[in-house]
Amino acid sequence: MSSLTRSRPPSSHSAVPGRTPATPPWRVLRALILLVCCLLVVVPFLSVVSTSLADAEQVTSSGGYVLWPDRPSLDAYRAILAGGVVSRAMLVSVGITVVGTLLSLATTAALAYGLSRPGSFGHRPVLLLLVLSMLFVPGLIPSYLLIKELHLINSYWSLILPMLINAFNVIVLRSFFMSIPRELVDAAKIDGAGELQTLWRIVIPLSRASLAVIGLFYAVAYWNSFFNAMLYINESAKWPVQLVLRTYVVQNAAIGAGEASAAGAALPPSYALQAAILVLSIIPIALVFPLIQRHMTKGLMVGAVKG
Amino acid sequence: MSTLDRRSPRPRRRGRADLTLFWFVLPGLAALLLFHYVPLLGNVIAFQDYQPFIGIADSRWVWFDNFDVIVEGDSEFLRALVNTLQLTLIQVLFVFPAPIALALLLNGLLSERIRRVVQNILYLPHFLSWVVVVAIFQQMLGNAGLLNVFLQAQDLGTWNIIGDPDLFKALLTSQVIWKDTGWGTILFLAALSRVDNELYEAAAVDGASRWRQTWHVTLPSLRGLVILLAILRLGDALSVGFEQIILQQTAVGIENSDVLDTYVYNNGLIAGQWGTSAAVGLVKGIVGVALVLGANKLAHLMGEDGIYRGERRNRGARRDAKRGANNR
Repeated sequence: MSSLTRSRPPSSHSAVPGRTPATPPWRVLRALILLVCCLLVVVPFLSVVSTSLADAEQVTSSGGYVLWPDRPSLDAYRAILAGGVVSRAMLVSVGITVVGTLLSLATTAALAYGLSRPGSFGHRPVLLLLVLSMLFVPGLIPSYLLIKELHLINSYWSLILPMLINAFNVIVLRSFFMSIPRELVDAAKIDGAGELQTLWRIVIPLSRASLAVIGLFYAVAYWNSFFNAMLYINESAKWPVQLVLRTYVVQNAAIGAGEASAAGAALPPSYALQAAILVLSIIPIALVFPLIQRHMTKGLMVGAVKG
Repeated sequence: MSTLDRRSPRPRRRGRADLTLFWFVLPGLAALLLFHYVPLLGNVIAFQDYQPFIGIADSRWVWFDNFDVIVEGDSEFLRALVNTLQLTLIQVLFVFPAPIALALLLNGLLSERIRRVVQNILYLPHFLSWVVVVAIFQQMLGNAGLLNVFLQAQDLGTWNIIGDPDLFKALLTSQVIWKDTGWGTILFLAALSRVDNELYEAAAVDGASRWRQTWHVTLPSLRGLVILLAILRLGDALSVGFEQIILQQTAVGIENSDVLDTYVYNNGLIAGQWGTSAAVGLVKGIVGVALVLGANKLAHLMGEDGIYRGERRNRGARRDAKRGANNR
């Protein structure tokens, strides 16, 4: 590659320095394609939110979904939350997500720490078991039978324990822990700190960003998990919000007076009610999404790259 | 930091410290063994005439009888297999290249800020559950959805996409693309950002047009990553969108929508044919592992790293270990 040293092309106005910039028609085409991609994501969200806020008259006259609410009202939300089914499901989902995420983070951090220290007892076989667990997936039938044998059917634990450990998260966190300078850990040891103190006072404060990302990933997984609940939870009173969503929106079960109740005479139109359930199930994701964005480059990439 | 005023550290025996660390490992290890490896062993019911009320210990052993559906080609099993392979083929053709194309588009964008906004918008669907994605698709493309509301307003009639069995595979594929293409660009964008800019300069000096730069510099830089992801995808060749399909199966009927995973679910958990379903699930798992290992081997033969660089380095390490043992 002797040409490198000879001469450099005049610095171009390009996203990638040194690269020939695209010609104007291509730039326009590229911008158009990306715009369409963004609209394909934004418009459905906008429409769902708008429909949930639209009043009965507009929904009926348009024959279904609307793109913008003419006279926004919160009637659909009021009716849905007053009905009891959705608000209880939201509570169940929040509970499972909070408890599950805390337990997952504690177990994952402890496991990653135990495996990150050189020479700890049995860390090689445990690491191998972790890696192999990503390759060998146990399968549906035996997993169900196990939960049944443990008498966890209809227990909230059946939604938490099988998801407690994500091997990938453990490995990412472990490699982040291993990137922490040995001297810090050794210094803590010399100062008389035990392993638990070292983890709590030194290692965890240094890995806040990684723990935040991994915690958010766990939280999203718990909030979104629907199939475990479909398998293991038969009592509809214990349903998390994803199952309620499946029943009343995907399967289009009628939303009656039992599921929603309106202060006035008539319920808001079912499209608005469905859209409101949908929005309620998306809100927590929309809330944590910016946090994931903020921590991701810092927390995840460092751990992954250095591994 | 001065340690003079602190207590002098207690002398600690190595073995003890190691065992202390094992207590940290224990809860996670227990969860892993109980919820991952115990069910793996539970696959023995594939060789049994398993009856739930009798249990694994007392159910009759029928050995390979359960595998007859596979060996003799039971029509429902074959239908599920064909649907699965068709979907895998469609998804390899359309879903796999999508994030590469999108990453190339994003990588060329001039404005850093616009790029970040676009990325953030396109990442979002990845974090939605399948229930939400399917619900959104139904609300947009269903009979009362935005599309049909629009078509009706233009007097164009309605187009029922959601309930049409012939369109089901296209629908599934577009849902996967919608959900995961944006997120899939992350790895490719990271790889693209590591390309040495001098390579472009050199290519430009040698008279390469922008297209030839893409062909000879950009795409080769993604080679290793593409191979890695292709291997991982191959391991999943027999599992296509289980949750996604289970959610929509009733709407389109089983004929066009049954895949191996839903076959196991419907036959086993719903219809109670535990042994047969477990057998199909087991074979599916084994084939998946074999495909990953085989593809990885192939990548090694082609001189690529594949999933792990392993082989050569491991062999070296083993030789060193042996030499060390001999010296002792």
